[in-house]
Amino acid sequence: MFSYIVRRILATIPVMAVVAIFVFALLHLSPGDPAAIIAGDTATPADIARIRAHLGLDQPIYIQFGDWVWRLMHGDLGISIFTDLPVTQLIAQRVEPTVALTISTLVVSVAVAIPLGIIAAWKAGTWIDRAVMVFAVLGFSVPVFVLAYLLIYAFAIAADWLPVQGYVGPSRGLWPFVSHLILPSIALGMIYAALIARITRASMLDVLAQDYIRTAQAKGLGSLRVLLGHALKNASVPIVTIIGIGVALLISGVVVTETVFAIPGLGRLTVDAILRRDYPIIQGIILIFSGVYVLINLLVDLSYTLLDPRIRY
Amino acid sequence: MSIAPTKSPLADLPVSGAAPVRQRSLRQTVRRHPTIVVGGGLLVLMLAMAVFAPYLGTVDPQALHPLKRLEWPSAEHWFGTDMLGRDVYSRTVYGARVSLTVGISVAVLSTGIGLVIGVVTGFSRWVDTIVMRVMDGLMSIPAILIAIALMALNRASLGNVVFAITVAEVPRVTRLVRGIVLALREQPFVEAALASGTRLVGILSRHIVPNTLSPLLVQGTFIAASAMITEAILSFIGAGTPPNIPSWGNIMAEGRVLFQVAYYIVMFPGVFLSVTVLAINLLGDGLRDALDPRLSRLM
Repeated sequence: MFSYIVRRILATIPVMAVVAIFVFALLHLSPGDPAAIIAGDTATPADIARIRAHLGLDQPIYIQFGDWVWRLMHGDLGISIFTDLPVTQLIAQRVEPTVALTISTLVVSVAVAIPLGIIAAWKAGTWIDRAVMVFAVLGFSVPVFVLAYLLIYAFAIAADWLPVQGYVGPSRGLWPFVSHLILPSIALGMIYAALIARITRASMLDVLAQDYIRTAQAKGLGSLRVLLGHALKNASVPIVTIIGIGVALLISGVVVTETVFAIPGLGRLTVDAILRRDYPIIQGIILIFSGVYVLINLLVDLSYTLLDPRIRY
Repeated sequence: MSIAPTKSPLADLPVSGAAPVRQRSLRQTVRRHPTIVVGGGLLVLMLAMAVFAPYLGTVDPQALHPLKRLEWPSAEHWFGTDMLGRDVYSRTVYGARVSLTVGISVAVLSTGIGLVIGVVTGFSRWVDTIVMRVMDGLMSIPAILIAIALMALNRASLGNVVFAITVAEVPRVTRLVRGIVLALREQPFVEAALASGTRLVGILSRHIVPNTLSPLLVQGTFIAASAMITEAILSFIGAGTPPNIPSWGNIMAEGRVLFQVAYYIVMFPGVFLSVTVLAINLLGDGLRDALDPRLSRLM
């Protein structure tokens, strides 16, 4: 087991190395002079030269790469072209709203999707099952920003129950903090919940057809105990896997959700960086988000042995 | 009571005899694959709207009418006008062209490129070792971030949007095809073909590639839906289709700041985008159920 954990952790190194090489190469794969593209159409030759020097593009490529990797390994993601501040500092300032939004979305999605998936599987073929599947298909089809505007219109403008936009930190009171997260979490979590509900249903259907479930029912166990104690436990590996893989959906959605709801998080920082062509920030955010994604999936892999004792490495 | 079949007096008439059979088969098709029929039907409608946009009561989607700005939906402007007085109905109808072009182009390109890379990696161990490590790395970057990074370094154009989203989708197709090829390679009919001296090109064209087409068709539909959403997101955040081309994402981005006073600018393209993506997802679900009965029971 210990050797598996070590091997699994080591396996993330080449993956992150590919991410790092891709992020570095991006700047050099673009057609034309990247400094000129970043500087924009109205830039003077002096602006372009300044950006070229700022990004080290006037150096030979192997020196650029060596410098970049060396700084990366020391936690230095470079300096923002627009603000002249370290990228790590800018990212650190924006982490809190994104973490709050992501965790609240994760909690809401899992809390809604797993019971829905279980009920759909338990009542397979009935109208309840079909309603859950319709929810799943709709969840996949309505883009996050369309849903976000529908929710804003219904609950913030027409009903005036919740704030339209913005973010309030937890230090300013629990309700202001929670009320600003409700609509963004539902909008962002819809596609994620649809995915989890669908996989939960599929995985539960598979398990509910097993002999040991029939045995449990024959022993006279109650439905709830069979579903939660026997079926869900054995169906949990695919569910946890999809919760891990689906984090990519959350990361993609964060960029849009934070834009719609004017939340000053990493997603909003990404959009600002794109509009200003502030490439060091874009590179830093890709590395951070990819690192988080790889880490979550590492934890998911490691959790398999806890969820299913039959899995041995 | 007689059980002998009675012959209808109309049975000898070829036209009236053929019609019920056709009706029955259509009914059976609808009953057996309702999602394909509904999804396919909606998609055909959207495609027709995109192709015949100039003939659907539209005006120039870029024509400015400052005196008519922010007019609510009416008989003259079915979906109202935006802050520059442009007709939102015409812009939404023309916007279908961008979304469908991006969706179909990305689906075709990424499945084509993914098929070639997947087949090569499935048959060459050393290529597999290198390429799949690269693909694993790329798959750990959320697709939207790859597309954003590529668009940030390229000038806004429809071609660049297609390129950026295709790059982001290729690793998933490659992994799918490679998995199928690895499984097929061990099948007795492929081993028999190899043993009987069939050349690799023949095995690929006769046995391997045809067996990847069904899953690729299903995957292609989901890629098209995902690409349309990604294009809309890119345009919405200002990194996609240039503003002079009306796309659903662009129209929504322009209406964003006025949402509280003129929500219809955001809602109409949003509804059209959702319906189109829903149509493609239904079609994909239906195709998967029809082509893979094992999955259809589970999902």
